[in-house]
Amino acid sequence: MIVDITSIKKEKASPLSGMQKQKVTEVVLLACGSFNPITNMHLRMFELARDHLQDTGQYNVVKGIISPVGDAYRKKGLIEASHRLEMARLATANSDWIKVDDWESLQAEWLETAKVVRHHYEELHAEDHNKDDVDTVHHGKKRRVDENHSEISRHQERRDGPKLMLLCGADVLESFAVPNLWKQEDIAEIVGCHGLVCITRSGSDPYKFIHQSDDLWQHHRNIHVVHEWITNEISATHVRRALRRGYSVRYLLPENVIDYIQERRLYSAESEQKNADIILAPLQRYTSASSSS
Amino acid sequence: MMVTRRVPLVLLACGSFNPITNQHMRLFELARDHLHATGQYQVMGGIVSPVSDGYGKQGLALAKHRNAMAKLALGTSSWVTVDEWESQQPDWTETVETMRYHSERILKELGTHRDPNGNTPPLSCVSPQLKLLCGADFLNSFKVPGLWLDKHVEELVGRFGLVCVSRGSLQSERAVHESDLLHRHRHNIFLVTEWVRNETSATEVRRALRRGLSVKYLVPDSVIDYIHQHNLYTEDSERRNEGTLLRPLVKQARQPGKSLDD
Repeated sequence: MIVDITSIKKEKASPLSGMQKQKVTEVVLLACGSFNPITNMHLRMFELARDHLQDTGQYNVVKGIISPVGDAYRKKGLIEASHRLEMARLATANSDWIKVDDWESLQAEWLETAKVVRHHYEELHAEDHNKDDVDTVHHGKKRRVDENHSEISRHQERRDGPKLMLLCGADVLESFAVPNLWKQEDIAEIVGCHGLVCITRSGSDPYKFIHQSDDLWQHHRNIHVVHEWITNEISATHVRRALRRGYSVRYLLPENVIDYIQERRLYSAESEQKNADIILAPLQRYTSASSSS
Repeated sequence: MMVTRRVPLVLLACGSFNPITNQHMRLFELARDHLHATGQYQVMGGIVSPVSDGYGKQGLALAKHRNAMAKLALGTSSWVTVDEWESQQPDWTETVETMRYHSERILKELGTHRDPNGNTPPLSCVSPQLKLLCGADFLNSFKVPGLWLDKHVEELVGRFGLVCVSRGSLQSERAVHESDLLHRHRHNIFLVTEWVRNETSATEVRRALRRGLSVKYLVPDSVIDYIHQHNLYTEDSERRNEGTLLRPLVKQARQPGKSLDD
């Protein structure tokens, strides 16, 4: 049983200890992605985000959720969700706060990230409401997000509940600019109602990107940029490439994940060709004439 | 059974290992893959040799801790081990001295291996070559005045050889190019490119630990536990040896009449 002594140390070092008590908001971090496979870099992002938020004295990160994308995403080289889920579970077996969630991967169709965020946010508050009493805001299952402002103001009424923040790398933030990849109202919902924790990568300038977008700038207080000083670019793409070529990936991902991959011979030249001639689900959806719900 | 013609090799990494990190261990994996891919070599083993406390580097934790952590980290490795000889020497030991020691030791161990008929198996006829495993900054350290004796560098690259892992081999190629000594032995310097940019340095790990930040997934869990149990790496520990001159600079300062083996 690994005891996380660092959290005890952090409490002692809190800038607010002994001073006026500021309200501390509970936070759950949600990371969406292929996790094809999960790597030490993915796991490190959670640790960095937690340290950063705790350090502000305003947040207490209570949980981390890894939500692997469904197979319907149709990304090139994406292997079955069942494997990606199991590898993520193995990787987080010895983490006391990061969990894997299979809801997204079980959906038949690809789901927009905003929908996944919404689902987990509702789950979070359903738990919370079982403990607390009053919730004056009604939210039905079918939610229409055409009215950005009303959605955001509804959320702001529930300010005292735990916050769900989307955890991602700077590349995801910058993907907001890729045509047809994201719906503007989804971006607005994620950064407006919830929050984004963005881990910087070399070669990107998240601050500049946020500054150059009016939509993002409007909610910049909900966007937490975390600078990764220990540059660590273990991309899953690189790991798959190394595996294909028979090179070692030891120390780039947890050992039990490597064992899992090797026992089943996942990630070969063939597996990398999966979906090679197919268009990514979001691009398929948004470039077609009809709009999605 | 076909006898392999590959030259057997052992890789030796010298350094502070203060503490050992995933990146240190990664160097071994990368080097082995690279050497195997040449078709000419078979890496038989790897040795991590933590420097002795006499090195005098600022923030250096006690050798007994650094050795313990390295052993924990490499506990599940099938081919890399930790050797304490260097750290147990009374004074700081020149790298080339450590290499000579291991080279002789490997040769001796080889001599004791016999098959039932009293013969040495064919593969063992060729004694494993010992090569120094290092990062790109190591090549540049040869330029630091007083840190290395020329004749040591000569023996290191000439007699033994280097396997140098770096992010861009261009930087290492330049270092070899700019030194006549290194250039002369370029055939004995293997440059391995690490395409994944990974700057998990022990310095950064210590900094994070001092500030109560997480180093999980950068360093094995067993090492993190050890660090916390023994409360290594604090602001105080980082000040150890502050103001002290690095031992090699003292030992190797130009003095007439001093012999190589002082």
